Amino acid sequence: MSEHTILQVQNLKVNFDVSSEGDMPWTKAKKLQAVNNVSFNLNSGETLGVVGESGCGKSTLARAIVKMVPADSGKVIWFGNDLLALNKSEMRQHRKQIQMIFQDPLASLNPRMNIGEIIAEPLRTHYPKTPESDVKQRVKDVMNKVGLLDNLVNRYPHEFSGGQCQRIGIARALILKPKLIICDEPVSALDVSIQAQVVNLLMDLQEEMELTLIFIAHDLSIVKHISTKIMVLYLGNMVELANSDDIYTNPRHPYTQALISAVPIPDPSIEKNKKLILIEGDLPSPVDPPSGCVFRTRCQKAQDICAIEKPEFKEVSNNHEVACHFHD
Amino acid sequence: MSFLEVNNLKVEFDTADGVVSAVNNVSFSLDEGKILAIVGESGSGKSQTVFAMNGLLDHNGRASGSVKFEGKEILNLPNSELNLIRAQKIAMIFQDPMTSLNPYVRVSEQMAEVLVHHKGIPKSDAIQQSINMLDAVKIPDAKNRIRMYPHEFSGGMRQRVMIAMSLLCHPKLLIADEPTTALDVTVQAQIMQLLADIQKEFGMSIILITHDLGVVAGNSDEMLVMYGGEVMEIGKTEHLYSNATHPYTQGLMSAVPRLDDTADRLVTIPGNPPNMMLTPVGCPFSPRCKFANTTCSSQTPILSKVDNNDHYRACHVAIEDTL
Repeated sequence: MSEHTILQVQNLKVNFDVSSEGDMPWTKAKKLQAVNNVSFNLNSGETLGVVGESGCGKSTLARAIVKMVPADSGKVIWFGNDLLALNKSEMRQHRKQIQMIFQDPLASLNPRMNIGEIIAEPLRTHYPKTPESDVKQRVKDVMNKVGLLDNLVNRYPHEFSGGQCQRIGIARALILKPKLIICDEPVSALDVSIQAQVVNLLMDLQEEMELTLIFIAHDLSIVKHISTKIMVLYLGNMVELANSDDIYTNPRHPYTQALISAVPIPDPSIEKNKKLILIEGDLPSPVDPPSGCVFRTRCQKAQDICAIEKPEFKEVSNNHEVACHFHD
Repeated sequence: MSFLEVNNLKVEFDTADGVVSAVNNVSFSLDEGKILAIVGESGSGKSQTVFAMNGLLDHNGRASGSVKFEGKEILNLPNSELNLIRAQKIAMIFQDPMTSLNPYVRVSEQMAEVLVHHKGIPKSDAIQQSINMLDAVKIPDAKNRIRMYPHEFSGGMRQRVMIAMSLLCHPKLLIADEPTTALDVTVQAQIMQLLADIQKEFGMSIILITHDLGVVAGNSDEMLVMYGGEVMEIGKTEHLYSNATHPYTQGLMSAVPRLDDTADRLVTIPGNPPNMMLTPVGCPFSPRCKFANTTCSSQTPILSKVDNNDHYRACHVAIEDTL
């Protein structure tokens, strides 16, 4: 841990109770391990990219960090305080510094509030004594910052396009001048040309406001572009964590290798001659995960030991951690 | 005679706020055994183009122009005649495999229905053929799984069921409307591989609709770029990736983040997609185009030849200026 570390997540576990159809009221619910033993450190100004297929626990991880879903065990240490041990009012002090941006830009805005109210709401909630003129000024400033004209404050969300709605969501996250923004698939719902605008905006704001980002996405090309380090999740488990360039040039885990090879590159000469590593089959059920290594059922390298012993998540080279018995 | 020839296709919708023209003067042709990718952002009219061809427009939509399939005009045919072409000659798969399958009906029934209806064969034979087809799209244990309901399949498997169903009558043209958009990348790779294998095996033509330029690069022979309901550029895929001359195609290609790229900033296309409620004047891309001049905002550019590689584009700006 360096002096710049602002967030430390240690052995975070999130379980959900699921009962299946036909269960009796007294039947014990099954445990779904959505996030299993996730640990990482985040330094000020860094961007951590979290990638994985749907259902791998990316969003649950994000929500557990800000206590939007309760964690079962582990620690989330934010500037030395374990957020999971705090009560509601203590937590409130820290929420100001951690904000979120969500995937569906329109669905995450209240259709009955105008843009000015939406953007001002966090400020009014956390600093209720702010004079109205200050609130107005702050809303204007932050709108300009994200590239929205400030004469649009009285409009409603449905009057904006997807890209503009996402800018509103970003403005709302920025108005409290947070230190950390958790972006949960912020550009997945946007078209390519708009996606590029939003990604550039986030990167500019990060530099200007010294933000730290956790960037969740299933699009590896975007994640690679924006992140300084990347975590790959599979069925709630970390399989690889390394610097962004490192993970793409030198993936060590068979799952990461397959994931990267599956991303199509927009260049016919590369794409048509590419050797694809296809993963067979589907994601196993998270209610009943495979024994040992969770990826073994679809892994080309799997051997007997993979079913018996869960591979330890360990450093294999400088800042490059992998959980695999037979990593490259 | 081309296998498929679309000329000046126009699609309009009557809405409470007036007429929306979703597709404007779209023309293209497709040869047998080729894969054409139609690329564009949401609202560019790529789906409505193929819906119009198949007579699948919403009740408030109308199409004009000409669509010739194997030399026969099929646009605006009555359903009774279209039903002899749909499924048997032109089949379609959609983006969301869950909503395109009936959740109340077993896969076996849904698949057999196609054959019973179109080929008039007995149901037991139809089910046997369906099982064979599920085998062909690599669904393990097809014999037992065919008796399951759609929700018992994963997203990737459901899309395989859809593909199998569309192939039952051995169509000559398969239209795939964003077949992998709802799927994870690893599953997307499986499905695209499957489509490529099947295309070789059955020798059919495919129209692949997608917004993902990466998917287009690896899986098409020709590509057509649409924006605001109009064709911007059309050409052979490999040629177009290295020789795009339309400012929109160029912008689109540089806006896509690439895994093999280390650029610090993405190139953006400023502005927002066009509002289709407004009748377009001039080139639909002109408000966002960095080369736009006064002609662009007043006159609609016509698709014209760029070079001898079947490469056409619709743009007023001289080719030399855009390079």
